[in-house]
Formats: sequence, structure tokens, C-alpha cells
Amino acid sequence: MTEPRPQSPARRAWLRFRRNRPGYWSLWLFCLLFILSLGAELLSNDRPIVARYVGQWYFPIAQTLPETTFGGDFDTPTDYHDPFIREQFEQPGNFALFPPNPNHYSTINYFAKEPAPSGPTRENLLGTDDRGRDLLARLFYGFRLSVFFALVVTLVSAVLGVLYGAIQGFFAGWTDIAMERAVEIWAAMPTLYMLIIFSALFSPGFWLLVTLISAFGWLGMAAYVRAEFLKNRSLDYVRAARALGQSRRRIIFRHILPNALTPVITLLPFTMAGAIGALTSLDFLGLGLPPGSPSLGELLAQGKANLDAWWISVSTFAVLVGTLMLLVLIGDALRDALDPRKLVGDGQ
Amino acid sequence: MSLLEVQDLDIRFGQHAVVHKASFSLKAGEKLALVGESGSGKTVTALSCLRLLEAAGLEGSIRFAGKEVLAMSPRELRQIRGGEISVIFQEPMTALNPVLSIGRQIMESLQLHKGLDARAARRQAIAALERVGIPEPARRIDSYPHQLSGGQRQRAMIAMALACDPKILIADEPTTALDVTLRLQILDLLEELRRERDLAVLMITHDLNLVRRFADRVAVMEKGRLVEQGDTSKVMSTPEHPYTRRLIDSRPQRQLAAAANGCLLRATDLSVHYPQTLPGIAGWFRKGRFCAVSPTSFDLAPGETLGVIGESGSGKTSLALALLDLIPSTGRVALGQQQWRQGGRETERSLRKRIQVVFQDPLSSLSPRLTIEQIVGEGLEIHEPRLNAAERRERILAALADVGLDDQSLLARYPHEFSGGQRQRIAIARALILRPQVLILDEPTSALDVTIQQQVLALLAELQRRYRIAYVLVTHDIDVIRAMAHRVLVMKDSRVIESGPVETVLAQPREPYTRRLIEAAA
Repeated sequence: MTEPRPQSPARRAWLRFRRNRPGYWSLWLFCLLFILSLGAELLSNDRPIVARYVGQWYFPIAQTLPETTFGGDFDTPTDYHDPFIREQFEQPGNFALFPPNPNHYSTINYFAKEPAPSGPTRENLLGTDDRGRDLLARLFYGFRLSVFFALVVTLVSAVLGVLYGAIQGFFAGWTDIAMERAVEIWAAMPTLYMLIIFSALFSPGFWLLVTLISAFGWLGMAAYVRAEFLKNRSLDYVRAARALGQSRRRIIFRHILPNALTPVITLLPFTMAGAIGALTSLDFLGLGLPPGSPSLGELLAQGKANLDAWWISVSTFAVLVGTLMLLVLIGDALRDALDPRKLVGDGQ
Repeated sequence: MSLLEVQDLDIRFGQHAVVHKASFSLKAGEKLALVGESGSGKTVTALSCLRLLEAAGLEGSIRFAGKEVLAMSPRELRQIRGGEISVIFQEPMTALNPVLSIGRQIMESLQLHKGLDARAARRQAIAALERVGIPEPARRIDSYPHQLSGGQRQRAMIAMALACDPKILIADEPTTALDVTLRLQILDLLEELRRERDLAVLMITHDLNLVRRFADRVAVMEKGRLVEQGDTSKVMSTPEHPYTRRLIDSRPQRQLAAAANGCLLRATDLSVHYPQTLPGIAGWFRKGRFCAVSPTSFDLAPGETLGVIGESGSGKTSLALALLDLIPSTGRVALGQQQWRQGGRETERSLRKRIQVVFQDPLSSLSPRLTIEQIVGEGLEIHEPRLNAAERRERILAALADVGLDDQSLLARYPHEFSGGQRQRIAIARALILRPQVLILDEPTSALDVTIQQQVLALLAELQRRYRIAYVLVTHDIDVIRAMAHRVLVMKDSRVIESGPVETVLAQPREPYTRRLIEAAA
């Protein structure tokens, strides 16, 4: 008993997680990339962050300014890639500070030397897609969208799955049987057909896809949580809690739930990877996000349609593989860290 | 010459050394007992004689019939394992393969080591089962492990181990998982087989009664060291090492105060039934009823301990859970004017506060992800929600001090950071903090080592003296009853077959079953 600091099971799991180098670094890298992608508008945009024109400061990134502001002829929003506007900013006293990649995912490069899709150049570091939009920007925004989608789906699935599984496992008996039959009926629905039908009925959008994919994604989680609850409810610590006169809600949430979360946490990265895969394949089939959205699946479909434009398929593939691999490495490390045999194993 | 000669054996797992310089020897026909508490390295030492633990790093020398085991090839080792040295394990249910009939499992080693064909192997397997006293061996040979009773399973294990006429039998706690009355039978069987074929037995155990009865020589292990060995009678009568002395003195002492008069808790016609699936189509439509506790009545005075003793399956734990209303039961349990399920929520709340419980396994009875402060303080949050944080902490510290854990730094720790004995003290503190009048103790010490067991029992006796708590003590251990109980109920097959003051029941048992229980533990 000389350890200075009491170690909660969660802390011990974290220490074990850190020992797995690939998983640990994957977690950092993934978080870094996601945080960077949250600021995508500042890093990859076709509007300057700050501009100074004729002694006045502008923040085009946050304002929509008509071309007339910068000496143009039309009252339309400024196209900062227009050679005329560029020239204006090169006048002495004027300047424009562009983001590192001066392209938005919707920016079409009208001034490319080759017809779209054009290969990597200085303006478009990874080339353009078949409509002349910058590939790097589309991948960057596409990564953000996929990860955000995966996070929301995973969160919703986890909450639904934990609640459903907890009720099933804790009350057991007839409640369990009835709920289990309901799950079986639900799981027997062909997910893909449902998605096709729904995307025909409604205009497919981000939240519709989140709803549909989460609606089927929680089933696996519920099964694990149910099993954990069934196991834990008959352990002595739950009996002791009942003998103390604790309410069911308190026993479920305070006593059993923390011990039933291990498989859920282990599953989270894999669920995320699955959600990214699902979104990508729906986009690839054209059933996913509305046209124009930066989506990795749509880029893959473009790559398939333009096999000679190798930069599309290669870079999209690399982003997808990289993302999924980071998630799987994190998941692997988490699984090792939460392995119950190891939890008991290193008592000291 | 010795059959097995172990010299300066060191065993380590990775960096962690578990056994230091162990030396002992075993002659043909000899019975050696390896005694120690859990974690002392006794099982590891015994299994290393066959190099059964792959992760273990072995150094020193183990010679079997003059040959060095540590230098043997895997092929030679296989010849010895099962052929020359056999092992029987503690828990026959897990040591037998559940999907193979016991006959198949016995025949396997016969075919492997003796090269018999299936017919001859089957004949020998039947003979082996007959020798270990399994009735109707020709029919039983096709049974699966789950179809046999606990004692029969252990007999089948022994038949399997002895099928190839080994010279040494390593018995790892062969009777611990069995009920006391079966223990004697298994020991008698081992003794008989030993005499018949000059078998050497290396028995691993923590039970000194067993050693006294069975072993010629005894070797005592403490923390990976063999601290003492010699003839059983000599070691038992004049132990030299302090640890051996502690082990021998660890029989619980009786230090009880007299119970008060009056009636605190009264159970009237309390009975417990479980639904049971009926065989065949009948089971689709209705459930059978399995009677775990037949109608039982008793009462309990303040400061009194009522011992409930019986074997596994006798219904004693069901009785305890019914007193706590944790399982459905019929009949009445009244504490003063209050009864379970009579009156509303308030009655239940007050009863929960007045009747508390301590379970057998201190690891599973503490929520693994709560701190000690949260675990012990939980009862206060529910029953005395008006306390503020400082008052609550004071009460928690007082409860922990009552059970001999007075150290403020314990509060933020988690159950896994404590030893078994400490965990059981925490479980007792959790129950005590509500100042209950009745405490149900369900095998409170059977998961603990003998020396720790003695301390926990002494603590319970002292707490009873101090707070006049009445105990219902459920156990299978007659020594615990002898030390702790004022009155005793003997349970068998869901029925209370005998009851009365402890002195009378133990000195003049009326029922033959009670007599057997007492004999087996002597």
C-alpha cells in the first residue's frame, strides 16, 4: 500500500492503453486531424482571411462582399480567384491573406490549363475532380464530414443500445424475451433496401442518413450491454445494493452500468469505422448525401469513372484507408486495455 | 531411493519469482502434504513437477525415478504425464471435458499410454470406475460430467488419473469443492488405492484437518518458501517455524458474550420455491416448483448468533436471502412490528436499514468501480440523506475504524487494491454504518485464508459484543459454528433437521447426518 495515488479502474485502463504505442499515437493523430478539420474554413477556403483594399480592412472569410467593393463591375459575390481581383490586391497598399490552401470544396477552377479532371498543379496540389473542384479541399472537408457523421451515429447508437440493453438485461424474464423478439424483427429488415426506399421518398440529407444508419447501428451494442447486465445483476454487489434498499434506477446507473460499459467502449472505434464505411458506400452508390457535398464515396465513384485520373482514386483511397486504419488501431489498443483478463492480471 | 526428488527449485513468471529454493522428496507409497495459504506457491510447485505451466521459468532440479524432468524432451514428458504421474484437480466440473462422456475421457489415456484397442480400453475403464466406487459402472461409463454428482465426478477424475497405474498422484485440493461428508469418502478412497498399489500421493491443501488425517509427512509453504517439513505428527504437535504455529493456531476461538433474552427477529413458516422447467412437452405449458426451503420457523434474540449449517444445495443461502427479502418467499419475517411486504415503502426502507448482509466473496460483493468512500457511504445517502458531507465522512471513518481499517487515505481507493481480508472488512463496514440490529452473514469467511478467517471471526464477535447485533450466520464449516454461534439450525435437503443450543447439538447430535458432519470436520 505504498502507491501514492489510488488507481481507479478507468485510470489503469488508460495507463495500459498508453503502453500500446501505435494505438496511443493513432489516437493523438486522429484527434489532431479532426480538430484541424473543424477549422477547415480557415485552412482551406477560396476567400482571403484578411484583406486590405484602399486603406480599409475586410474579413472576406466572414463577410460576403460584392465585387464592386474591390473595383469590379458586378454586384455579385466576389470571386477572389478572378485574375482581375487578384490584380487589384497586388496594387501597392492592398493585400489579401489567403488560407494555406486557397480553395473551398465547392471552388471550381475555371482557369485550369487542362480540362477537368486536371492533374496536380501549384494551384490544385492534388489536382481537381471531374468538375474542376480542388481535390485536396474536397478530401479535407470530406474527412470532416465523414468523421462528424460517424461520431453522431456512434453516439446515438451507443445511447440507444445501452438503454435498450440495460433494460433488457436488468429486468430479464418476460421483458427480456419480448424486447429480444422485437430486436430480432427489427434486425431482419434489409437495411440497404430501407435506405433506398427512404432516399427515394425523402430528399436524402445528412440527418436522414444519421437517423437511418443509427436506427440499425445500436443492435450490436444492445446485445453486449444486455449480456453484461445479465451477468452483473446476479453478482453479490448488486444484491448488497438491493439489501441497502437502493432504487432500481440507482442500481442500474450507478452500480451496473459502469461495469457494463467495457464492451461498448471497446466497440466505439469499430462502430465509427463501420459508419464511415457505410456512408462512403452509400455515396458511392449515389444514395447518400445530396450532390455537391464533399463526400469520399462520391470521389471514389469519380475515380472509378475516370480511371486515367489516377490522382482522384489514389488520394481518396489513401484518406479512407488512413482514417479507417487509425480507428482500427485505436480500437485494438482499447480492446487490449480493457481486456478483463489483463484487468485482473496486473494487480500491482 | 526417492521416486521424486525436487532440489533447490526456483520458479518465476517473467520477472516475478514465486517459489524460492524448494526441496522435497517423495518415496513410493508415501503421502506428502504440501500446505499453505492461497498464493503461497504450493500448486505452482506441484504442477511444475510435470512442467505443466508453460509460462513458468524453472531452475534447479526435479528428478523422477532418477531422470531429470527439466531436461526431458516433450515426447518423454508426455510419457510421464498421465502414465507415471497423474494429477487430479480441485474442481472436477471444470477439469472434466463437458462434451465427452467420462468413459471416453478415461479410455483416451488408456489408448494413449497403453496402446489398447477401443474394446479393451472400455473394459479397463469400467474396471477403473468400479474400483473408485461408482455404482453401475457399465452404465455410468457413458454419462457426461454434468450427469454425475459432485462426489461421483471427483471419483471419475480419480479413476481417470489412476487408469494407467501411475506411480505418483498429485492431488490439488481434491476435496475442497466437495461437501464435508463426501470429503471423508474421497480421502478413504485415496488411502485404499494407495495401499493397493503402493502409490505415492502429493496432496496440495490448505486444510490442516485433512493433513492430520491423511498425510505421513507435511511440508509447509509460505510466500514461495518451504519453511518447515517433517513427519505430520511431529510438525503438528511441535511446530518449529512461527508461520506453522500460526497456521495450527488458526482454528477460530470462541469469545462470545451471552445473548439477551427476548425476540428481535421472528420467522414463521418461511419457505422458498423456485420455478423449475418440467421435462418434455409439459414444460411448455407450466412450470414445476422446486422447494429450496421447506416451511421453517425460528426466532432470534438481540445479540444472539444463530448458526445455519448445511451442505451445498441444502437451502441455507436461500433461507438467508429470504430473510432479506431478496428472493420471493412465503411465510412471515417480522422484525419487531415490521414485516416485509406489509406496509408501504417506508416500512421496507426501515427494514432495509435494520437488516443488513455480508456475502461470501468479498471481491464480487463490492462494486468494482466505486471508491471505498462511495461504497461504505452509500447506505447513508439512502437512509440518512440529511447528513452533510463532513458528517457523512465522519461516519464512514468511524465505520472503517470499527472494522480495523483506520487510515484516511483508504477512502479514495478502489476494491481491487485491497486483500481479501480487507475487502471483507469493507463489506462489514458497509453493513455496519447503518447500525443494523440484524446482520446476515452468508459464508463470511469461506473465501478467506485460515489465518485471515480467524481475524475476521474475532472482529465479528467483538462487534457483536460492542453493538449487540444479532447474527444469522450461514456456513458449511462446523468450526465456524462452534466458535461463533449460540444456537444452530442444521439443514439438509431444504429442511431443518435439527436445532438447539450449540453445545447440545455439537456434543449430542440426534441425527446421524449431524453426527457425520461433526465427524468429518474433526
